[in-house]
Amino acid sequence: MSLLNIRNLTVRFATSTGAFTAVDGIDVRVDKGEVLAVVGESGSGKSVAMLAVMGLLPDTATVTADEMTFDGQNMLAMSPRQRRRIIGREITMIFQEPIASLNPSFTVGYQIEEVLRFNAGLGRKAARARAIELFDAVGIPEPEQRLKSYPHQMSGGQSQRVMIAMAIATNPRLLIADEPTTALDVTIQKQILDLLMKLQEDSGMALILITHDMGVVAETADRVMVQYKGHKMEESDVLTLFENPQSPYTRALLSALPENATGDRLPTVSDFFKAADAQIAAEGGAA
Amino acid sequence: MIRFILSKLLYLVPTFIGITIVAFGFIRLLPGDPVLLMAGERGVSPERYAVIAEQLGFDKPVWQQYLTYLGNLLQGDLGNSLVTKRPVMDEFMALFPATVELAVVAIILATLIGVPVGVLAAIKRGSWFDQISMTGALVGFSMPIFWWGLLLIIFFSGYLGWTPVSGRISLMYYFPDVTGFMLIDSLLSGEKGAFTSAVSHLILPSVVLATIPLAVIARQTRSAMLEVMGEDYVRTARAKGLKPSRVIGIHALRNAMIPVITTIGLQVGVLMAGAILTETIFSWPGIGKWMIDSISRRDYPVVQSGLLLIALIVMVVNLLVDLTYGLINPRIRHK
Amino acid sequence: MTDTSVTAVKLSDAAIRRRMLKEFWFYFSRNKGAVLGLIVFILLVLTAIFAPLLAPHDPTQQYRDALLVPPVWQEGGRAGFILGTDAVGRDMLSRLIFGARYSLFIGIVVVSVALSGGIIIGLIAGFYGRWIDTVIMRVMDVILAFPSLLLALVLVAVLGPGLTNAMIAIAIVYQPHFARLTRAAVMAEKQREYVTAARVAGAGNIRLMLKTILPNCLAPLIVQATLSFSSAVLDAAALGFLGMGAQPPAPEWGTMLAEAREFIMRAPWVVTFPGLAILISVLAINLMGDGLRDALDPKLKRS
Repeated sequence: MSLLNIRNLTVRFATSTGAFTAVDGIDVRVDKGEVLAVVGESGSGKSVAMLAVMGLLPDTATVTADEMTFDGQNMLAMSPRQRRRIIGREITMIFQEPIASLNPSFTVGYQIEEVLRFNAGLGRKAARARAIELFDAVGIPEPEQRLKSYPHQMSGGQSQRVMIAMAIATNPRLLIADEPTTALDVTIQKQILDLLMKLQEDSGMALILITHDMGVVAETADRVMVQYKGHKMEESDVLTLFENPQSPYTRALLSALPENATGDRLPTVSDFFKAADAQIAAEGGAA
Repeated sequence: MIRFILSKLLYLVPTFIGITIVAFGFIRLLPGDPVLLMAGERGVSPERYAVIAEQLGFDKPVWQQYLTYLGNLLQGDLGNSLVTKRPVMDEFMALFPATVELAVVAIILATLIGVPVGVLAAIKRGSWFDQISMTGALVGFSMPIFWWGLLLIIFFSGYLGWTPVSGRISLMYYFPDVTGFMLIDSLLSGEKGAFTSAVSHLILPSVVLATIPLAVIARQTRSAMLEVMGEDYVRTARAKGLKPSRVIGIHALRNAMIPVITTIGLQVGVLMAGAILTETIFSWPGIGKWMIDSISRRDYPVVQSGLLLIALIVMVVNLLVDLTYGLINPRIRHK
Repeated sequence: MTDTSVTAVKLSDAAIRRRMLKEFWFYFSRNKGAVLGLIVFILLVLTAIFAPLLAPHDPTQQYRDALLVPPVWQEGGRAGFILGTDAVGRDMLSRLIFGARYSLFIGIVVVSVALSGGIIIGLIAGFYGRWIDTVIMRVMDVILAFPSLLLALVLVAVLGPGLTNAMIAIAIVYQPHFARLTRAAVMAEKQREYVTAARVAGAGNIRLMLKTILPNCLAPLIVQATLSFSSAVLDAAALGFLGMGAQPPAPEWGTMLAEAREFIMRAPWVVTFPGLAILISVLAINLMGDGLRDALDPKLKRS
């Protein structure tokens, strides 16, 4: 049963040098409780597609799709007000730069209680109590004290935990994590990832994990979608993808993993660009 | 925070000394004999000259003169006006509230209009409102305010006859100074119509004085908002599904106000320079007009002290702004 | 990739400069206000240069039979005096045309003096650092602590009223801005590799400062220079208005306003036109300044 279903999503940006197509006719489907990994290098439009779902793109972007439904509700036909009943409650999102994603002028307590009061309808006291619970749940020590901290007083890992706490505060059914560990220290990356997976398992929410790290994909995802230059190159369950990648671009990504290296030199993805571009051209010709 | 305040205060010490040296040196740089200039006398006999020089302390070495000057200053003694013979400090204290009243009303006007206009222009970037308000802001920023004041007088006082041309209140009313602020005193006096009269006298001068700060604040607010709205935390606020009014009014504005507050503070210097022109045009009895009158009357003790006091006021207000900046910016407060 | 970088290296200095100019003009010309400002400014310069040819009358010639004649479109206006005459019968239009000379001259002199003074001071402070830097920057702080018009007024009181002294005073007051900018740029550039390289290659201090560092901090200086130009025109007019700048009968716009003050109710045109001339010139320069800032600031360019 699909939770989020998008068909033929296209996102264009108006730039000074003309229109630029960041996402070109992509289909996305996520089932309830499923973990979908969206893989691609930076600039492949993998974040843009998800920001389009959230309605977070700037005015210069034009979003079109044949279908965009969440739990059977048509998101394309929604007014901004109706959309806000889903965004931030049913669908939440965390980002790549946790420290920059928190407002420097407010305490983290204010920022999480804001979600609890406005989106979960709690009173001041109840919000405070729930915030402490949530901080506890995401592994922030001394939650009462930490609530009074400002983002600049916290580390990147802690900030991402705060972001995660805010994102799960409303018991969402879909959490979109946009490169949640990229900006963090290697040792912290695994902790955050484990936390996300644990929360996902406990709550049964669906998770879209945007990443460029094939290692992360292997550890977490049920299903994988590979994106390149705004096109979907391949989509399959995670075992199939690793054992029998269909697209040359995916093969390139996999062969760039150190453990898969065969020759003297570690191949880079750019070695396979021509093949990927050819695939796009072929699809374009077919369509 | 205390360390922040202390470091700011410490930083001001050299500036303070510098300002006093400028004011102290000013009189000695004037063409002519400083002794005669300060005494306001000419063609005196050598005996009389010696007496004056000793009275004013000019017979001592320069560094000692400076220390005496500094000592007197710290005790609030700035000498006497040559024209009125009254202590400069008394005159200053009598006139200062008029300038403060004008400047405060002007900066409130500029902030109350400038900030919303800047915010709206940023939200509706590229719209006709944005273009018109920012063109208006650039015109305001380029405005020769002494001419602007005259234009307003021609139109509102001459053509429409709505507002008086000069002064702080109609001569019909007389009541004692309590605070020195005409808006408050006229209310306290209980005289019918006094407050309205005070307001109608204040309105044109404060509009003129507010013009440039208003333009600067609107432009700065717009660019600060544009910058802040591209920040990740504003995206987070939107991702929370918060109402746009909350995203902009709370999350974006709070951060955009940090540079804007600094800008507002920096307008104090602009206001003081503007007060000189505005008060001259509207015969507003404040320290700006006092300075101009004293320069043309060659009342050098007044010019010297006025220069010093105005610079000190600007310095102190800038310090207060710096401290406010620290208060509203947690990144500084919690260092 | 490699091909283009090789050709880029081979480009001559002149070609690079041409390309930079072209790029600059591309961004500048996209800003309509800036182009409009530039056009008005050029017209102003032409007016100033050809003032004797353009002006219908001598700006100081007093027509005793034509005192306070209103502009030609108002009742009582005369064809010979398009914008009317002032209280002693001088042609307003001619005075305004000659006034353009004053404003431009003031702007040019103030900016050149403040700019060159500020650059030298800033270079010294930034390059030698330590106590020299501390002392210089503290002095700059003190100058900046005074409201500019007030300090200029007092300086004119010291030097005596008049246009030259007013310009000197304004230049002194503006100079710290340039010194600060130059110093900040020098401090930043000093750490860069190319400066170290030039020093290793044996470039002397002065040569290093002038040829290597300075061209790299030109952009903020140019922007500040246009801003100072417009402020100088405004401040000089204000000084003239207060009787401390150009002295009558000079057709300086601020001085004209001062002379016109007592007639504001009887003859609004003697007040309106000089102020309008100041506003338009200052606005044109500020429009240009905004365009320059956008075109020269690489951070804004990309957005």
